[in-house]
This record gives sequence, structure tokens and C-alpha cells, in this order.
Amino acid sequence: MKPRVLVLRAAGSNCDGETAFAFEKVGAHADLLHINRLLGGEVKLADYQILAIPGGFTYGDDISAGKILANQLKYQLADQMLDFHQQDKLIIGICNGFQVLVKAGLLPQVDVEADQSVTLTSNDSGKFEDRWVYLSIEATSTCVFTRNMPLLVYFPVAHAEGKFAVRDTAIRDRLYKQGQIVFRYCRPDGGEANYPDNPNGSVDGIAGICDPSGRVLGLMPHPERHIDATNHPQWTRLGLQREGDGVALFRNAVDYFA
Amino acid sequence: MITRIELALKRGYYDADAEKIRLSARDLGVESIRSVHYFRVFYLLGEIAAAEQKRIAAELLADAITDDFAVDRFLQQDAEQESWSVEVTYNRGVTDLVAQTTIKGIRDLGIEAVKEVKTARRYQIAGDLSDAQKDLIVQKLLLNRVIEHVRQPDETLFFPALDPEFRLVTVPLLDADTSELLRISKERDLFLNHVEMQTIQNHFRGIGREPTDIELEMVAQTWSEHCSHKTLTGLIEFDGRVIDNLLKQTVFRVTRELDLPWCVSVFKDNAGIIRFDDRYNVCFKVETHNHPSAMEPYGGANTGIGGVIRDPLGTGLGAKPIINTDVFCFGPVDLPHSELPKGVLHPKRVMQGVVAGVRDYGNRMGIPTSNGAVFFDERYVGNPLVYCGTVGLMPVDKCEKRVVSGDLIVVVGGRTGRDGIHGATASSGELHAESEGTWSGAVQIGNPIVEKKLVDTLLQARDRGLYRAITDCGAGGLSSAVGELAETTGAQVELETVPLKYHGLTYMEIWISEAQERMVIFVPPDKLDEALALFAAEDVEATVIGKVTDDRKIRLRYRGAVVGELDMEFLHNGMPRPVRKAHWQPPAIEEQVSDDPADLTPALHALLAAPNICSKEWVIRQYDHEVQGGSVLKPLVGVENDGPGDASITRPLLDSYRAVVLSNGLNPHYGLIDPYNMAASAIDEAVRNIIAVGGDPEHIAILDNFCWGNTDKPDRLGSLVRAAQACYDIAKIYRTPFISGKDSLNNEFQTEGGETIAIPPTLLISAIAVIDDARRVISMDLKKPGNLIYMVGVTRRELGGSHYYAYRGLSSAQVPGVDAEYARHLFKSLSQAIQQGAVRSCHDCSEGGLAVALAEMAFAGNLGAFIDARQVPCSSDVVQTDWLLFSESNSRFICEIEARRKSEFENALAECDFAEIGRVADEPVLSIMDLNGELVIEQDISKLKSSWQKTLKW
Repeated sequence: MKPRVLVLRAAGSNCDGETAFAFEKVGAHADLLHINRLLGGEVKLADYQILAIPGGFTYGDDISAGKILANQLKYQLADQMLDFHQQDKLIIGICNGFQVLVKAGLLPQVDVEADQSVTLTSNDSGKFEDRWVYLSIEATSTCVFTRNMPLLVYFPVAHAEGKFAVRDTAIRDRLYKQGQIVFRYCRPDGGEANYPDNPNGSVDGIAGICDPSGRVLGLMPHPERHIDATNHPQWTRLGLQREGDGVALFRNAVDYFA
Repeated sequence: MITRIELALKRGYYDADAEKIRLSARDLGVESIRSVHYFRVFYLLGEIAAAEQKRIAAELLADAITDDFAVDRFLQQDAEQESWSVEVTYNRGVTDLVAQTTIKGIRDLGIEAVKEVKTARRYQIAGDLSDAQKDLIVQKLLLNRVIEHVRQPDETLFFPALDPEFRLVTVPLLDADTSELLRISKERDLFLNHVEMQTIQNHFRGIGREPTDIELEMVAQTWSEHCSHKTLTGLIEFDGRVIDNLLKQTVFRVTRELDLPWCVSVFKDNAGIIRFDDRYNVCFKVETHNHPSAMEPYGGANTGIGGVIRDPLGTGLGAKPIINTDVFCFGPVDLPHSELPKGVLHPKRVMQGVVAGVRDYGNRMGIPTSNGAVFFDERYVGNPLVYCGTVGLMPVDKCEKRVVSGDLIVVVGGRTGRDGIHGATASSGELHAESEGTWSGAVQIGNPIVEKKLVDTLLQARDRGLYRAITDCGAGGLSSAVGELAETTGAQVELETVPLKYHGLTYMEIWISEAQERMVIFVPPDKLDEALALFAAEDVEATVIGKVTDDRKIRLRYRGAVVGELDMEFLHNGMPRPVRKAHWQPPAIEEQVSDDPADLTPALHALLAAPNICSKEWVIRQYDHEVQGGSVLKPLVGVENDGPGDASITRPLLDSYRAVVLSNGLNPHYGLIDPYNMAASAIDEAVRNIIAVGGDPEHIAILDNFCWGNTDKPDRLGSLVRAAQACYDIAKIYRTPFISGKDSLNNEFQTEGGETIAIPPTLLISAIAVIDDARRVISMDLKKPGNLIYMVGVTRRELGGSHYYAYRGLSSAQVPGVDAEYARHLFKSLSQAIQQGAVRSCHDCSEGGLAVALAEMAFAGNLGAFIDARQVPCSSDVVQTDWLLFSESNSRFICEIEARRKSEFENALAECDFAEIGRVADEPVLSIMDLNGELVIEQDISKLKSSWQKTLKW
């Protein structure tokens, strides 16, 4: 049976369509559902295997990116979220979705009671930027979504608040130790990145993290924007025809339920 | 009780907002600032317990990692005591988006005690500053007084709700003489002339009563230049000949005569519709939002893009917005502050504000901004131009509206406020040094999230067939929307049912408010419940405000009383057609001849760095050009994703390779010399950009946007007539129908000293094409050493209006012309070669000519080239190398060809002028040999690129 993906919409979500497309392309069944349907009880999270929180500007990011939706998950849907996670299911937050997961207490570990230990804050450049970035995948990562992916991938970022920051260095060290660092911005050759390769000033170039189980992933770059060869900004020079780097990530999620 | 919460970034986090102020102050000549701190401030009204205050601050407003906060006290981020603190907040009635979201967030925390929220920002600035410097910083950097002010300690922040007493206002018109009529027009900001006022007077004399204020407003707005395009559709006496409806005689006529089967709906709906595939059509509209952007760049551009997005949404039964385009014209960003006319914002501030406005709205809407242009000229100082365009995708069976008597009129989306009163009428007038004050009512702030929800829900309602007609509330608000949509039937509206942002609006303000993010739909009574439920499910407000009637009258009621009743016939067809005089005399321009320098490398550097040629990456990167996942050719291309692409390509359906190609053409510097050839060149540029990426010349549609000076002046209107004639002549032969258009006249600025600054005649041509297979398109960056470089098309001695002559300080009347029959054949041949896969890269020659185009291809591909200018096909009068390299002749391309495809390429172009002019080099150097066989340019491409990138690297 096809795994069922809930692509969660709220006012201002805007990468929902292409995220659903990416999942369906690799064999999932994806529903675009408004959060009001969860809040109103018409739809149960339990009916799905994968929860995807797509990119966008939920509620305008008016207070800080993803904050209002994060609080809705944290204060109004916490029980469903915890159950979902305990049932060996998958959660992915991309861009605004990553901001939501971090602020809702679903990353770096699923614990809505804990004090927030990491955040995503304004880019050092002080502005929204859309650019393609190279990402290295940490070999020690336990993440389900990145199994067997090449160690270097190419995705676009498009955000104003994507700088990954931690409360203190002990938090960062623990993330490394527990295999929770998944993606890091890097140079085209894989080396340490400075701006613009690290597009926002993230600590250690961290672009994506998972929870200790590896089943909750949050990342700022957009894998759903590199599905087709023609998405690649240089496909006309490189003569690319193969599938985009993002496909494998969605396939891993679907294969988890095979 | 008012609670004040203040937040700031903790020490150690880079505060870009504060740093921006410090750097901009330096631009203003204020060097003595030691530090700037920036604080976000929230005022909460309500009886809120201390624990709740703390929760709101800690769990909603502050970021746990990066923010400090304080309740009812100031944060002290700095040890410095000697600092100056300024708090800025919105004027009363201006939309405060963050405040609205904050209330929602507070409710989500389960706290009901907060009644209202207002936001502010505080700056704490340390440094020795005089009062004059402080005032300068406040006025130029910290606020825009059109929408904001410095908060005073005793200022009232929250106002009690008050409803005005209802009083029907009639305007004594029947017995007024001409001067009284004009006085009324002026006093009420109607912008109607005496003939129009007399026509209204006669109409009401016939009815036998005085008009009410709302009736006069509605007529003024419907007859405004903005809504009726009365100048271009009126009678024009052009050098002794009468032109009856210039638009009909030129741009409409091309489309009618071409009668192409893929044109679905043209010039009648909110956007022009063309065929995409068997299941879908695409529509395209480009609007201008110039006057508001001059006054409040952020809000003006914000609502400009917000407004044009609603055009496709209001086309047919609604199209999904899939691509945005933006073209801006500004004054020089390096203009000394001392040369800035009074009452005008500095061009750099206008540009930063406009870009931010488009960015914040377009990005939040989730629509990729994939095509655009920025043009600078000192004559745009008082009248910057902001063109915004949106492409929409719609099912083929959702392209027609049906207006049925008895259907309910439902307003959907945002609430109505006092924002944007008189936008339609005022935008038809000239700006002047005092406009800042009189315009404040017309400035609007957009709320993209309300509009995003509107799009999301309307498209669902469309697909479920819940309404039969739709249009947007743009200029003229409900008055225009309902008035136009129900023109053939009639409508009755109960004005007190319209949801309001706040109390205190009069019935007239409700009717003409241009508040953003509203659409009007006509819902069959049996679908009403389902429609209202659908909107409610996603928190979108939808309200029945009236019904469609069948008496061809618009009837407005307020609290039971009829406050206005007008015949649709009079409203829409009663306007006297103006007669305007037009005259065109080519300016006397001395034909100057450049010396022909032996080294043209400095000239090439200068042109690459020229503001109108240089990289616009600073702008482009701030726009999301990838959202929706179908980007194929991005605005920036090449090895390092930073070369200037010719046209953007987007796949709107992710399971198909069918794609939309977008480009534009704009040449204001030609317009002052020769408006006919300016228009011809703009069309050629837009079309050749599409050809360059592999577009199909048989499936290109174009849009016209005329932005001109005051067309009451015969010379201005004469130049417009010439441009419109070129539109007909060229588009007819190119077989590129016009499908939509819009004009903005009266772009002139009166300085305090009485001097008039008119913009150069500025015609934007936007082109849209559909291609079958996006996998066959090409980009402009050079690909591989050893490949052959070809020139296609003929270079002529056409330096008039060129960047090279501007750089050399020389004049010429020889603006590039278009040989349309020739060019059409060339486009078809080149397109065929590209379709066959014979072309590895292609770039059109435009601003800066051949040399600039070559340099761009080289540094975008990070490869050098060796070029022999003697091989370039040219007319016999091109006897100097500088002319050859920098002439901006139309219909020319540079192509890169693999040696093995040489004969295939040459065969495809057999009947065109073309020549092999060089090769892609191994060394990263651009070398060009002059007409004598000497090296005239030899330069490392990284140096060329650096010149091209440095100008707008902010």
C-alpha cells in the first residue's frame, strides 16, 4: 500500500504543491490539508505515515518565522504529534517547516515541554536570498531520509531567517555526538563554507538536523525544488538528464514503509 | 491598561536592521554615530495579568535563543548612557500586519484578555549628533511620514470605536456655473474637467435631482483616466488627421487582424488569455503602480504586486498565479542629496523600498519572480515607474464569466478600511512637491497572507463551481468591481453589510475604498451555504453585500436608505469623449562622430558597469524565483549562477515539459529621440529574448504598458501616437498579438520652483510564449573551448540613444530601427536551428551592443573568446570598430556552435546574414580584433565580470 503523506497547510504555506508532487512521484499518496481540519478534528494525524510541513511564510512570519504555526502544534496538537512520533512514523519540515519544528519542540528532540535549545534566526546578510547551495551529508547521521544518498548534494535555499543558532556549544556538541547533524553547507569541493556558500551564517554551516531517532528531519534547503534535471541551474551546460538530487530523500521516506 | 513589551537581539547576534541604519546614515553624511540598537515594541490593550504578560513575551514574541525582552521597561543593550532614543509607530488607520498576527498568536495561547495590539520600533543611537542631524536621520531613514510618525510619550495609541452619524450628502450641481463645477471637481478630488462636469450636470437635470456625493464619486472613478483610458480611446487630432480610438487603431487591431487560434480572450477581461495545452490556458497582465510607489515605495510596490496578482485571479473564473515579473525605472541611485527636488524620496531609498515591497509580497504569495528589468534615468526622480506582472494558469473550461440576475454579490478576503481612498482618480493627476501630504489617503499597505488565503480558497471554490463571475477590487474598490461586473445587468448593494477594519467609515468611503486583498464573486443562491462554509474553513472572510438585479441600474443603500442610484448606461457610456491634440516633430539632434580609440577595453569596462547594463543580482536574489518547483531557466545562469539570462522559462505543470517563456523589452533612451523606433525596438528586444532561449516565434503574445508624461501636451501625445503606430506595424509582421495592456499617463513632476520634470516616453513590452518541450531550450553562457562563435543579423551604424554614445557624451539621431520582414525570417531560421539542437548557447545583442553581449557570454561561462570584428556582418557605413562593437542594432544574436554542427547551423540560416566571427578560447580572456586586424580589446574575463558586478553590489 502507498504510504499516506499529510502535507500540512496553513495560512501562508506555499511549497505545499511541489512537496506533495515530490512524494507522489516516488509512490506515496499525498493529501494537502489545512491545519484547521486537524484542529477541528475532521482529520486525524494517525491516518497518515508521514507528516510534511512545507515551506512558506505561515501567518506571514510576522512575529518570527514559523512561530504561530509552531505554537499551534505545541499547544493544540501536542498529543497527536507525540503519538505520531512514537508510532515509528516520519516527520519532515522544510524551510518554514524546519522553523516550525524547532520552535514547536519537535527538534532537536521530540519534547514539547523542554526549553528551546536551537533556533533559526535572521540571515547575516540581513535579507531574503534565493541561491543554490552545496550540502554535505554527515556520514555519522542517523537520519532515515538521507540513507544511501551521495555525500554531496545541490539544493536551493530561499529564506530570510535560516541562520542555525544554538543556545550553547554543548548543545551543538551533543547534536554531533548523537548523529543529529544531517546537512551542512559546504563549498563545491565539500570544504568548509563561508558566505555565500554558507548563505546565512549558520553555526558550523548546519543546514539540517534530525532527532535522535532519525525519523524527524528539518532542513532549510528545498529538496522538493530539485526533482527534475531541468531544475538544476546548470543543466543546460552539464547536459543533465538524470533525476534531481532531491528525489532520493523523498524515496527514502516512502521506502521506510515498504 | 496598556502593557508594553520590548524585544531586542541578544548581544553577540548580528543586528542587520541596526547596521543598515548606521551605514545609511553614513550615506547621508552623518559619520559620528557610534552605535545603533534596534528594538521591537508591542503595546497590548487589556487587563492582562503579569503571568500572561510574561507568557506572551516569552512564548510568542521572543525567540528563546536570540532575543531579550522586557515588560513595561526599556531594555538597555548598551553601556553607553549618552544615547538618543526614538520610537516610530504607524499613523492611525494604517494597517499593522504584525499586530493582527500577534492577536491571533495570543488567542492561540488561550489568552483572551488582550483586546488590541499596536506595534512600534525603537532605535537607540549613540554618537554626537546635532538636532539637525537627528531630524535628518528620522526623516530620511527611520520613518516615512506618509504612514508613520515618531511616538510622543503622551500619545493616544488606541481609539474607542465610534460610528459616524449617518447623513446623506447631496452636492448642489444643477444650478452651478462652469467655475462652480470646476470648484466642486477640485474640492472633491474628482479630477473631472468642465465638459465632464457639465455632462454629469445635464444627466441629473434630466432626472430632476441633485446627485449624492457617492454618485459623483462613482462617476468620477469610472471616468478616470486610470479606469477608462479615455485619452487613448478618445479622439486625437494628430497633425491634421483625426484618430478615433488610438488603441483600437493600433494594438487591438493587430490582434484582430492576426486572429490567431491560440488567443482565447484578449482585451476584455482582467488579463489576456492564450492557449497553453489541451487542458489549460495561461493569462498574463502587467500593471503599473507608479504614483503610490513614489510616495511610499514599500507600500506602493507591495500593493502594486498584490494588485496585479488579483488580475489573473479575477480573469475568467480565476487563474492560479504562477509567475511574477517586475520592471522598475528609478532616478540615479548615486544622485547627490543636494540635487534632489523637494518632496521627493532619494532614488536609492525608493529602489530599496520598492524591491523590498515586491520581495515581501511576492515571496509570501509563493509566486516565483522570474523576469524583470531595472532602468535608471534622472528624469524618473519625481516619477519612478513600477511595473508588476503576473501570469496565471487556468483550466480551459474556466475562462468565461456569466453574470446572472438574482445571484448574490459576495465580497471575499480583506476588510474594507480608509486606505487607498481616491487612488483611481488621483493617479490620473500629476505629482508635485506637496503630493506627500495630499496623497496620504491613497497609500495602502498590503497583507500578502490574506491574499494567499484568498487564492487558496477561491481556486477551490472555482473548481467546485460555487460562483459564476469574479473580479478583483482594484482601483476604485467595490465601486469599480461591482460597477463593471454588473454593467449589463444591474446591482443593488447594502453598504452597511461590508465588513470593515474599524468603525468610522462613511457610506461613501466604504464604496470607494481601495483596501487590498478583496475580490468580488457572484454566487448562485443555491451555492451560497457551500461557498461560505468553504471560505470559513480556511479563515477567509466572505460576506453577502448585495445582489445582481436586472434593471441596469446600480443602487446603493445604507441603513435602509438609498444613497445612490445610477444608470449603468450613463455610468459606462455617458462619458464625453475627449478630443486631444497631438503633434510630433523629431528633435533636432546633431549627428556627432566618435573618434575610434585604439583600445576599447576601458569603454567596455565602463559600459559593463553602467547602471542600465550592470548585474541586477542584488535585486534578483531577494526574490524567490524557484517556488512552485518548475523553474527551468532562471534569471541568473551560467557556471556560477550569476550571468544575465535572456528570458525565464517555467514549467507550470510538474508532470509535463510544456513551459512558459517570459521576457521584456524597454528602451526609454531611444524614446526621446524617436518614439516609433523605440517601440519597434522594445518589441524586437522582447521577441528576440524569447528566440534566444529557444522559443517558438509562432506562439508569442505581447503586452503593452505605456508610461508617458502629460498627454494634454500635444508633443507628449504625439510621441505616444508614433509609438502606438510602431506597435501595429511591427507586431503585425512578427505575428505577435497584443493580448492585454495598460497605460499610465501624466507622469510629470512639478518642482517647488515650478520646473516640470517629465519622464522619458517609456513603453514596456512584455512577451509570453509557450514551448512544447523545455528540455530543448538553451542558455547564454559559453559552454566549451574550441566551439565556434557566430554572429547572426546585421550591425548598422545606429548609435542614437546608445549606451556607448552616452558614455562618450555624443549625440546621434540614428536610433536602431527594425526591418520587420527580414527579422521575422531570421527569427524563424534561428529558432529552427535551436530546435534541432544545433546551437549550444545564444545571447541577444541589446544594451551595449556586440561587445557587451560577448563579455556577458564569456564571464557567465567562465570561458574566454577570440573574436575577429572584420567578420561581423554589417552595413557599409559601419567604418569604425567602436560603432561595430557598440551599436545597438536590433535583431542580432551571438551563437555558440560545436564544430560538428557547423553545416547544420549554416544550412538553417542559409537565407540570413550570419558569419563565423571567432571561437571560444582556452584562456579566460576576451580578445577582439578591430577592423584593421589589431587587438582592440584584450581583457581577463574576471576583470570584466567584476566591473559588471560592482555597481549594484549593495
